[in-house]
Amino acid sequence: MGSTNDPWWADWSWQLDGWIVVAGILCSVSAALLGNFLVLRRLSLLGDAISHAVLPGLAAAYLITASRSSWPMFVGAVLVGVLTAVFTQWIRQAGRVDEGASMGVVFTSLFALGLLMIVQAADRVDLDPGCVLYGSIELTPLDTVGLFPLSSDLDPPQYAWRVPRVVLILTVVLAVNLLFVIVFFKELLLSSFDPGLATSMGFSSTAMHYALMILVAITAVASFESVGNILVVAMFVVPPAAARLLTNRLSTMVMWSVVIAIMSAVFGRIADIVVPRQWGYDSASTSGMMAVTAGMLFLGCWLFSPQQGLIIQAYKNWRLANRILSEDILAWLYRQCERGIQQGHGVLEIQRQLGSRFWSTYGIMVWLRWRGWIERHNGGWCLTEAGRNSASAVVRSHRLWENYLAQSADVPLEQLHLRAERLEHYTDPWLRQQLDNATLAAAIDPHGSPIPPEQPIELPHDESSPNTNPENKP
Amino acid sequence: MNLWTVIANANDITVWQSLYRIVSLQDYNTRVVLLGTGLLGTLAGLVGSFALLRKRALLGDALSHATLPGIALAFLLANAWGFHEKSLGILLVGAAISGILGTVTILLIRRYTRLYEDTAMGIVLSVFFGLGVVLLGLVQQTPGGNAAGLETFIYGRAASISQADVQLIAVVGLVAAALVSLGFKELTLLCFDETYAATRGYRVWLLDLSLMTLMVLVTIVGLQSVGLILMIALLVIPPAAARFWTDRLPVMVFLAMVFGATSCLLGAIASGLYPRLPSGAMMVLAAAGCFGVSLLFGYRRGIVWDFAQQLQYRFRTDRQHLLRALFEQLEIRDRDDSEKFATTTDIPESDLLAMRSWSSTQLRRSAWHAAQAGLVVASPPNQWRLTISGYHAARKLVHDHRLLELYLIRHADIAPSRVDQDADAIEHWLEPAMIAELEAEMSSTISQQKLPASPHPVVPTITPGDDALRNRNNHGQH
Repeated sequence: MGSTNDPWWADWSWQLDGWIVVAGILCSVSAALLGNFLVLRRLSLLGDAISHAVLPGLAAAYLITASRSSWPMFVGAVLVGVLTAVFTQWIRQAGRVDEGASMGVVFTSLFALGLLMIVQAADRVDLDPGCVLYGSIELTPLDTVGLFPLSSDLDPPQYAWRVPRVVLILTVVLAVNLLFVIVFFKELLLSSFDPGLATSMGFSSTAMHYALMILVAITAVASFESVGNILVVAMFVVPPAAARLLTNRLSTMVMWSVVIAIMSAVFGRIADIVVPRQWGYDSASTSGMMAVTAGMLFLGCWLFSPQQGLIIQAYKNWRLANRILSEDILAWLYRQCERGIQQGHGVLEIQRQLGSRFWSTYGIMVWLRWRGWIERHNGGWCLTEAGRNSASAVVRSHRLWENYLAQSADVPLEQLHLRAERLEHYTDPWLRQQLDNATLAAAIDPHGSPIPPEQPIELPHDESSPNTNPENKP
Repeated sequence: MNLWTVIANANDITVWQSLYRIVSLQDYNTRVVLLGTGLLGTLAGLVGSFALLRKRALLGDALSHATLPGIALAFLLANAWGFHEKSLGILLVGAAISGILGTVTILLIRRYTRLYEDTAMGIVLSVFFGLGVVLLGLVQQTPGGNAAGLETFIYGRAASISQADVQLIAVVGLVAAALVSLGFKELTLLCFDETYAATRGYRVWLLDLSLMTLMVLVTIVGLQSVGLILMIALLVIPPAAARFWTDRLPVMVFLAMVFGATSCLLGAIASGLYPRLPSGAMMVLAAAGCFGVSLLFGYRRGIVWDFAQQLQYRFRTDRQHLLRALFEQLEIRDRDDSEKFATTTDIPESDLLAMRSWSSTQLRRSAWHAAQAGLVVASPPNQWRLTISGYHAARKLVHDHRLLELYLIRHADIAPSRVDQDADAIEHWLEPAMIAELEAEMSSTISQQKLPASPHPVVPTITPGDDALRNRNNHGQH
């Protein structure tokens, strides 16, 4: 290991880190591909459940074959993994409990059963579940197999290419998963969203479900054995969940989940080299770091997703709130003028009257002044001519709504104002015209105030004006 | 020696002696373990019930994994600041903080994204656990830091439960009992109708957070005394089992507590009798046994009860079919509808088989049931006759059936040729009040005294017994 001052790539070795990243990518992508459908089927925790539940499979394989070779164990673990899914489904249907509860019942019981079997067998051999099954991604480059022997008579045999055994296994798993998702994409989509329709279209959604469960079990067990359980449990859930925040289309979601899975693996390895070094430690756990990186990527998607992201949502809410406040201020000033009050109005007075916060009111007033809709007058603020025009649209909407609600919706008089207050902000000229027609172009509202005429000059339609924000229109 | 020899030896007198020794709480250690696990089972049943109804049964799973980074970080910090690094208090505080952070993250994901509950839990579980593993890797590198003790902290052993653990469980149990009994109404509302709770002005967010914080406390206390898997099992299995017995929340909570405590006690006793049986695993398996029994025999949702109800319904339906078939056969023979004729005429099986698509086994079975109920009398060979009470029951059935048929033809525009099946599908569910309403509706066309004529041929024209053909034709009419 290099000193703390070296850049991280000084430690990077393609022979070691390269293979670790490749194994990480293969595992992550295999898991994320299937994870999309687990997330849609509310089975996100299945990976975790299987990781606990495989114990009796291992114990049984060991008790039957009396050897610790990995194939029987693999088969035993996959069988129990599939059984976990089958039992979960069965208990869910027969007992009408939700997926989480039936999964919890199944995997804890299976684990306990496995523990019991191991303890009973313990006088014959020491079988430590922690050592049998769980591989470590850091050890990937050490255990290699040769491909393409150069010639058959050399001893020891020479190979054209040596790849880690783990990479070979995970490549096969990925290829199978990829093929499955591509070939059965339509079926998976339909059976995830509408099992009834899927069945009526001539393929069994139950068969699809079990095929998916078998692949999940194989992927999980192959990954436990090669790179440990943390990585695969995380990759079943986190990349698909992040991808879900980026899109509403399943095909796009699958692609994004693959991209996020690859990024988690690559940046996870790099972070594992870089981050612990900040505090003077060596790399700690690559698969743990890959899971954390996936979590960070999820956080990123959550914050910055263009449609569902927290930031864009907060921005939209902020804009809407500002537009409503500015319209309320204009309408209030308009009504003051209407009552013939010559006095100007201070920010504090307006804020108190509208029940808004001081600083947002102040900010909106600054903006209104910049638009030229209010001006200083008699020691306070009053509407300009342009301000009166835009305010009259709001007041007109308000009073039209009051008329309409009173005549057509039988809203009692004392509730009219509050209801119209909410509706006025979502009313465009076309809707005002409709309301006007519906109320027979009445000149005054139910409270006796005159309805201002529609202004011939419309509000300016540039983007900077909050009044023309297209997203906020109903 | 394996499990089976252990069971085979159960008749030994020593077993009964040691059972007596355990149950009479003679050993200090037994007392502590039984008390501790029993209390924990009760507590988990209480909190787990609400989690189950909130569809967060696996919250315990997510939270127990989410405590790992807190434990590792607490260890690192304690080490750096020179505290005794494995002191229980510091680790517990670390676990609690990171568990509550995990909870808040789950709630935030749930509230601000469109992801499901289980996905939120999966994210928190795997990412927090990954972080915990990274931090544990750092702990291993700390000079003098030995993470070996942390392993037992996470995976715990029930047999090694100590008096301090029991006190901790008791304290948390008191807090939980107080909170739940104070806010039972609010929690009920939260579990069954979150939206309604919000409109009633309850702070759903706060309620949810307090419920989940309680869950964190219970999980952590249990985690370090009995371990990860047993804790998850205790939070999930007893409430899920209790759900099969009742639809009332207080009863369910009570049952879950009883099941939890019983499983723990059974497991502890089994493990005390035979040291070869690991206590934690035995408790989980006892709980699983509880669940299995409830799944089968639970009074509200158990499979056996459901099946019995279905069977009962099928017998009733078959009996009604038989009575109607007998009556309509009588009608063919005698239009006068007289009681005397009906109770003296035998109807052969072949005529009855022609009435609908049923097998002769089915027919004989329902005839046997009807004979038990005193509605028909068998007169060999293979003939049946209505009794007086059978005649009146059959007349009523035919009357209701035709009433419904006429109603369907007039008001639901169903063709007379297939109205028989549609009426058949509904008539077994009609209640007396409904029939009275039908009668009032149709009173202009029919009278109670005289039975209305069937709007279609009484005997189906298709060859009897040919189910396949009949079924195909039925589908063709759709």
